[in-house]
Parts: sequence; structure tokens; C-alpha cells
Amino acid sequence: MNRRDFIKLTIKGTAAVMLVNGLDIIFQPPDVHARTSPRRFVFLVDIYKCIGCGFCVKACKLENEIPFDAGVSRTWVERYVVNGEGEVFADTPKEARYGFTTGRIDLGRGKFKDIPQEKTKKAFFVPKLCNQCEKPSCVQVCPVGATYQNADGVVLIDRKWCIGCGYCIMACPYGMRFFHPVHRVADKCNFCYHRINQGLRPACVQACPTGARLIGNIKDPGDPVEKIIRTQQVAVHKPEYGTNPQVYYVGLGEEVR
Amino acid sequence: MVLESLWTVKEFFVYPNEYIYWAIQIVMYPFMTGLVAGAFVLSSLYHLFGIKPLKEIARFALVFSFALLMVAPLPLLLHLAQPQRSLYVGLTPHFTSAIAAFGVVLFVYGSVVAAELWFLFRKHLVEVSIELKSKTNKSLAEKIKYMVHTILTLGAMDVSDASLKLDAKAIKVLAGVGVPIACFLHGYAGFIFGSVKANALWMTPLMPVIFIMSAIVSGVALCMLIYIIIMGMKKFIVSRKNDSAALSTLKEINSEEISTVQTSVKYLIFFMIFSISLELLDLVFRGYTAVKSWDILRNVIYGTDFINIFLLQYLMGNLVPFILLLLPGLKIRRLIPALLLVLFGVFMMRWNVVIGGQSFSLTFSGYMDYQLPIIPHGLETFKEGLGGALLIAVLPFILFWILNKIFPVLQTKGPD
Repeated sequence: MNRRDFIKLTIKGTAAVMLVNGLDIIFQPPDVHARTSPRRFVFLVDIYKCIGCGFCVKACKLENEIPFDAGVSRTWVERYVVNGEGEVFADTPKEARYGFTTGRIDLGRGKFKDIPQEKTKKAFFVPKLCNQCEKPSCVQVCPVGATYQNADGVVLIDRKWCIGCGYCIMACPYGMRFFHPVHRVADKCNFCYHRINQGLRPACVQACPTGARLIGNIKDPGDPVEKIIRTQQVAVHKPEYGTNPQVYYVGLGEEVR
Repeated sequence: MVLESLWTVKEFFVYPNEYIYWAIQIVMYPFMTGLVAGAFVLSSLYHLFGIKPLKEIARFALVFSFALLMVAPLPLLLHLAQPQRSLYVGLTPHFTSAIAAFGVVLFVYGSVVAAELWFLFRKHLVEVSIELKSKTNKSLAEKIKYMVHTILTLGAMDVSDASLKLDAKAIKVLAGVGVPIACFLHGYAGFIFGSVKANALWMTPLMPVIFIMSAIVSGVALCMLIYIIIMGMKKFIVSRKNDSAALSTLKEINSEEISTVQTSVKYLIFFMIFSISLELLDLVFRGYTAVKSWDILRNVIYGTDFINIFLLQYLMGNLVPFILLLLPGLKIRRLIPALLLVLFGVFMMRWNVVIGGQSFSLTFSGYMDYQLPIIPHGLETFKEGLGGALLIAVLPFILFWILNKIFPVLQTKGPD
């Protein structure tokens, strides 16, 4: 084999490999898998039912081994208080893992705000968790593909492949992501995928004493969560970012940040 | 507690997971790539457009750009939580991400600069190699020097006029190709920020252009500054000889310096005007359109970050040096503080983008204050603290000193 033949063969071989790879991407793209999957996990939060006990946060931390005092959490509960002047105060002291033990609003830097009960016009709790967006911006920006959306619609992270650049943390409009304090890689809620994949409920859903948090499969017409989302007034958080979030809220007001 | 809580102070309503994740090293990253791009553009002004007074500074700027280039990926590496995995970006690049192609862009650009350097200094490398080859009983240092230079010639020992003409042509082509790549390298850094839709301060299509313009400003300013220092050193060495020949050499150096500096200042001012105009356009546009995020941005820009933005960046970093540069009767003595302030201004611009962009919460109802770790308590606080930043700032100068041994730009008058 002379040099010219060798180069020709190399080019042909490379082209063949690229073609085979290309065909796989063309005919089996991830969204085909997603379309053919019988499941698309969604979450339903009923704000009217949340009492701010923080059991969900505690359960999540235990289940997913997020250090208790690390200052980060896969889920948290926010408290909103609206006074007579329409001013909105919100906080989530220690991610609400101990619930809300005082009536004062935590302003940070060790400062607190007392809002007397007679001035409080409206007050409610809003649990937050990863929205498992249909078009996740965190997945878009990961430079190594360590975070990805699986066929069930859940966005997962490969802890062995994440380089820890933090771009996904920057890209999430919901502030869901953080660096795991022990593993030092990106981390976030995944609807407890290890549990729901086996037909169990996420830890937070199981821990919720009022049924404010529900998991469902929007592709299953008999699923109670599917029924509520399809037939009632529900809303999602920050739809303006075009991420198409899949955590639906009952009773989501305009005060919620 | 998480590492980031060491330098983040939260106020009012901030999501629990929000911290300043992109800290000082991500400030250094665009600052360094900006200097790379700026130095290259300055050198291309001579090599591509043939602006004669810039000849000496152009050669120097190219070598310096190469030294900066080697440091440019370091801040990113220091920033990564898993630096040992940095090569995964090359193994499984995910091209929908704006940083997936960073390695590719940097490598292409590095190759262009390296090739241009080689063509520019080929004659010198061959000359040294031939000279040392003929020398008998070489010392160890000379042996190493001979080996390095001979390897770097890559066997192309032909220094005839025809071949040198070809070199000059290659330099021109590479300088031409290099300018868009240099701008891309840095515009790209701007895109990394400008495309983050979750960040209200970063998201603007103007970001890459603003980055490129300020990059050129910083690169030109740094090259001028070092050029002035080198010339000062030369003058000092010559003046110690104290004879009539030295006096005329001194005059020669002086006139050359003034003409180079005056031409460079013109370009510096030109790019400064561009850069400031774009930044002000961005600010005015945000205020005028006043979308949802403007309330918090206004509080950040005119409130919490007022000193950083208006006093340090616009006043000290733009207006004061602008006046110093424009005042009639330009003196070298006045130029030095002006150039230092320009560099400071561009650094503050990077700071205000990177840190400023994270100083308000995604809730639009809370703030985060960044406190740069000064005294390191461990490796992490060194990397993400003052020490790490200074390390990045000093490294290019050390590299430049080493490179200068092979591509001499400080000592002698080199090839065209």
C-alpha cells in the first residue's frame, strides 16, 4: 500500500464511521426515545395545602444525602407575607428544613422583620423543586454532556463526568442547582429518580402530611395528577424563560418569585 | 457549609442554593483572553496594515500575546471544581454549550500565533543555530541554546531573500487570519455570558462586541505600558555609558519611542470611544426599555455597585485616563498612570460584569455581596482568592521573560 492509497482509505474509513454515527443520531435522537417512552414524570404542588412544616426538605436531605447544614438543598419551602400596602415579604430560613418556627421574616445578615398579624393580608407557603423542564437550559449549557434529560423527562447528572464549571448553575432560572458540598459536582432534585423508577414516590411526596406534593405521569390518562393538570387551573413558575417547566402549581400567585 | 458561602453574603430574599459561584477566576478569565486578543490586534496593525511606527511594539506584542495565551486557560482550570476532568471537554464536547468549543478556539488561535511567531523569528533562529554550530567547545548553556534553536527551525535553514519574502507573505496572511480568530476568541467569552438567559445583567447580544472592544483597549494599553518600561530600561543602560555615541543613541530611542507611542495612543483612544459608547448604549437601553428585571438592576447599578461601576470603572478607568491621553503635549510620564488606569478600568468592567451579574438574586428581591478571600485558609480559598488572581496576573510576565530568550524582542532590533 502506498501513501496515496493509505490516505484514501483513511478518508473513506472516517467517512463511513461518521455516516454510521450520523444515521444513529438522525434516526434515534433523544427526543424519539422520549416520544416513545410511556412515561413523562410531572409534579403537582398544591399551594393551598402546604402548611410549611418542612418535612419534605428534611426527607429529601436524608434520602439524597445532602449534608444537613450545608446551606444548599434540592428542595425548599418559601413563605410569602403580603401586608396592607401590598408589600411582599418572602423568606426561606434554613431552606425551611425545620419549618417556620417564628413569625418574623428573615432578611439575611442577621436582620429580621416583624409583620404584625393584623397587618398581614395574605400569607402562604410555596414548595420549590427542580422543574425537570421540557427544554432545560442547564442541559443546553453543559460543556461535557454530564447533565442530560432522560426518556422519562427527568434531568439527571453524571457525577463521574461533571467537571464542576458551574455553567448549569448559572443557566438555571430557578436557582435549583448547586455544587454538592461533598462531591463537588453539580447537584439538584431529580424527583428521586431512583425511587420513582421503581414505582415508589419521591421522598418529599411521601413525607408531606397534607398531600401538597404529588408526582404523576402526564402520559397516563388514568393518573390523578394528569387529570388535575388537564382539567384545573394550574400554572408553572417563570414560563417567560421558555424552559417549559413540568412542575405545576395549584394556586400560584403573582407574588411568587 | 458549602465553599461558596465563604465569600457570599446574602441579603433579603435569595434562593437557598444561590451563591457567587463564578468568582475571581472567572473575572480573570475574560480579562486575560482580552489581553491576548488586544495584543494580537495591536501587532496585526503593523503586520497586516503596515502601520510603520508600530513596528517595534508589534513584534513585542506578538510574543507577549503568546505568553498571555498560554495563561488564558489557567483561570478556568483553577475555577473548575474537578480540574482533573478538564480534558473531558475535548473527549465529549457538547456543542450546544457555549464553552464546549473553548479548547478548539484556543488551540486554533494558539496555532496561528505560534506559526506567525515562527515565520517572524525564523531568520533569527537559523542565525543563532548556525553561529553556535560552528563554535567549538560549547558550554552547557550554549549546547542547550543550540539544541532549542535548531529544533525550533524545524529544519528550514534557507534564509535566502526569496525565502524570507515568502516568510513575510506568510506573516501577513497569518496576521489577517488571526484578527478574526482573536476577536472570535474573545467575542466568544462575551457570548458565554451574554447567552445566559437566566441572568438579567448578562443577557444582551451586545456583550460579545463590548468584550471585544474593551479587550483591544486593555491589550493595547498593556503592550504600550510594557513597551515604555522596556524603552526606559534601554535608555537607562545607554545613558550610563556617558559618551557622544550614547547621546545620539539616546536621542534615537527617544524619537522612536515618541512616534510609536503617539500612534498607539490614537488607536487606544479610538477603541476606548467605541467601547465606552457600547457600554453606555447598553445601560441607556436597559433603563429606557425597563423590563421586569430593571428594578433590581437599577438598584444594583445605581446602588450597591455604584462605587464599582461609576467611580472605579467609568470615572477612574475611563474618564480620567481619557482626559490624560487627550491633553495636548503628551508626555511619557503622564502616559504611565493613564495606561495603568485604563487597565484598571477594563479589569473593573470584567469585575462588574461577572460579580455584578451575580450580586442580585434570581428572585429579583435579594442581593449577594462578594467578599474576595484575601488570606487563604486552604487550597480552595487560595485558588479563588487574591493569591490565585495574582498568580494568573504574574505568570504571563514570567513566560514572556522565558520566551524572550528564544524570540528576542527586548534586546536587539529584530527582523521586519
